[in-house]
Amino acid sequence: MDFATIIQMLDSTVRLATPLLLACLAGLFSERAGIFDIGLEGKMLIAAFASAAFAVFSGSVWVGLLAGIAASLMLSFIHGMASITFRGNQLISGVALNFLASGLTVLLSQSWFGLGGRTPSLEGAARFSEITLPFADAVRGVPVLGPIYADLISGHTILVYVALALVPASAWLLYSTRFGLRLRAVGENPAAVDTAGVSVVAIRYAAVLICGVLCGLAGAYLASLAAQFGREMTAGRGYIALAALIFAKWRPWYALTACLLFGFLDAVAIRFQNIDLGVFVIPVQFTQALPYILTVVILAGFVGKAIPPRAGGEPYVKER
Amino acid sequence: MEKMPRWADVLLVPLISLIIAFLISGLVILAIGQNPVEAMRVMVTGALGSSYGWGYTLYYATNFMFTGLAVSVAFHASLFNIGGEGQATLGGLGVALVCLLIPWPHWSLALAAAIVAAAAFGAIWAAIPAYLQAKRGSHIVITTIMFNFIAAALLNYLLVNVLRPQGSMDPASARFAPTTNLPELGAMLNAVGIPFAKGTPANISLLLALVCAVAVWVLLWHTRLGFEIRSFGKSQKAAQYAGINPVRITMVAMLISGGLAGMMAINTVQGEANRLLLNSVEGAGFIGIAVALMGRNHPFGVVLASILFGFLYQGGAELALWTQIPRELITVIQGLVILFTGALGYMVQKPVEALFMRRRGAR
Repeated sequence: MDFATIIQMLDSTVRLATPLLLACLAGLFSERAGIFDIGLEGKMLIAAFASAAFAVFSGSVWVGLLAGIAASLMLSFIHGMASITFRGNQLISGVALNFLASGLTVLLSQSWFGLGGRTPSLEGAARFSEITLPFADAVRGVPVLGPIYADLISGHTILVYVALALVPASAWLLYSTRFGLRLRAVGENPAAVDTAGVSVVAIRYAAVLICGVLCGLAGAYLASLAAQFGREMTAGRGYIALAALIFAKWRPWYALTACLLFGFLDAVAIRFQNIDLGVFVIPVQFTQALPYILTVVILAGFVGKAIPPRAGGEPYVKER
Repeated sequence: MEKMPRWADVLLVPLISLIIAFLISGLVILAIGQNPVEAMRVMVTGALGSSYGWGYTLYYATNFMFTGLAVSVAFHASLFNIGGEGQATLGGLGVALVCLLIPWPHWSLALAAAIVAAAAFGAIWAAIPAYLQAKRGSHIVITTIMFNFIAAALLNYLLVNVLRPQGSMDPASARFAPTTNLPELGAMLNAVGIPFAKGTPANISLLLALVCAVAVWVLLWHTRLGFEIRSFGKSQKAAQYAGINPVRITMVAMLISGGLAGMMAINTVQGEANRLLLNSVEGAGFIGIAVALMGRNHPFGVVLASILFGFLYQGGAELALWTQIPRELITVIQGLVILFTGALGYMVQKPVEALFMRRRGAR
């Protein structure tokens, strides 16, 4: 495998890891505050649809982005209502919202565009354009570092850089601010936070809504990357993001590593199909299943233990 | 004191939830510029208006009975088995292997073997997450989700590389021998003098599903094991104090659950397709969650809710055929039913409770 192929592989790794990273950070905020969210998939899907549809209507990717975030926030709000206000089962709510998103997106796109559940192609200003970083073309000739800068680091859409910047931003917000401390405390011991006179409900809603915004970004990114919305286009990425979250043990920097790893596996599966190692062949299905298998192994605690936030999944009851 | 009479809890609350879900779906239909009343009429005549329609409705209902019972049994042990999809996929593999590898002289023998294989394969797929939950504390919801994807990848691999007949392009197994084909429901009813359309996919698996429902009822409410499962589900600490082994109950409940989900494949793989396809489960594993919630985790409720969802499924197909409404409307209704009966149950339950409390206070 030559250097150019490696650069290409890593480049597509970054592209494929970005939606995972956004969704994974989304899940991180929600779950760190004690709200399980298996509805990442649904939120990404409805955001992808809304952003594609409104980008088609308006011709502007930014209007699309806002619509995507709004749609995702709507589902987040329902999830918050169900799991915070009405103390329902958070897992069941997540499952329900995934179905709702899966059905509504096809129903609405069929009725708005009549193209069998997809939107028209996004062109020009309806898509995020690739950003060429300064001097990218000038340094391309420099051996090794030139292609890395020009082809790997430069030339992505804005959301890729946003996603990467969100990793330190999330780490800072969670570990160095008062809000972050309270958010993490609400996920571990909500009664203590309540005793300190801070509203558990407000913090949890804030976390769920942050989750909605980030899933909105992830969905808009997917729609822009594929230049259209297609039915079930998230294709299980919400669940992979969930797997990455566990793999990352609910920590932002680990989340980046986990998402890059899973993005890389995806890139390998797309590029190589079956990998012939001479002795035996690794089937493409194995590469595709590897993120899930790795997550189960991590969950089982055989290789490092993943311990979820202690109050995760439990509604907080102020008085008994 | 009970806050409301039992009939209100088991009947009124699910019914109100269902009505809310239908009303919102009606609004969705209005929003896309269609007529909800007309849509309902198409669904009812298509799914229930003829014995042909019933043949399809009951075929789908059979799938949902198996997966709904599977989810219910796990729920009673307070385990959320979201992996019915993967367990049914593996069940299908078991059915296919039994039907392909052994030349069965008669369908009844093939059916008996398929029951064992489907249940065993489904149970094995549930056993690993169950073991990890019981022994290592890994959250069963996450592991069963992961196992759904792993099952899909495994089946994909086996169909493409192992089970696909030579020269065939689609990822599907060879056709099973005709001697393994299960009797159709129509033919069975005609034999006892009841007129019923022929050529529908409903088959003898429906009876098997009903037998399973009765068996689950007996197990949960009339055996020691069922008592242990339910006590464990109500309070793990109390159950443990009473000498109930948590590892054993978690394992047993999930094995039964996985076995039931696996048996769904008899209906789809052996009863209808007569070969193993890539996606023979078609989301029935997830619908089991809706069915279990709607049926209040009681086998009788599950059977009724399955028929309701069977009606929705067949009705959805009719909608797509005769109107401009895509069949994904059913996915929306399904999501709303899960939302209102499951996650927002408290929102529906509270006002009903308050109503009964006030009436009691007035007396």
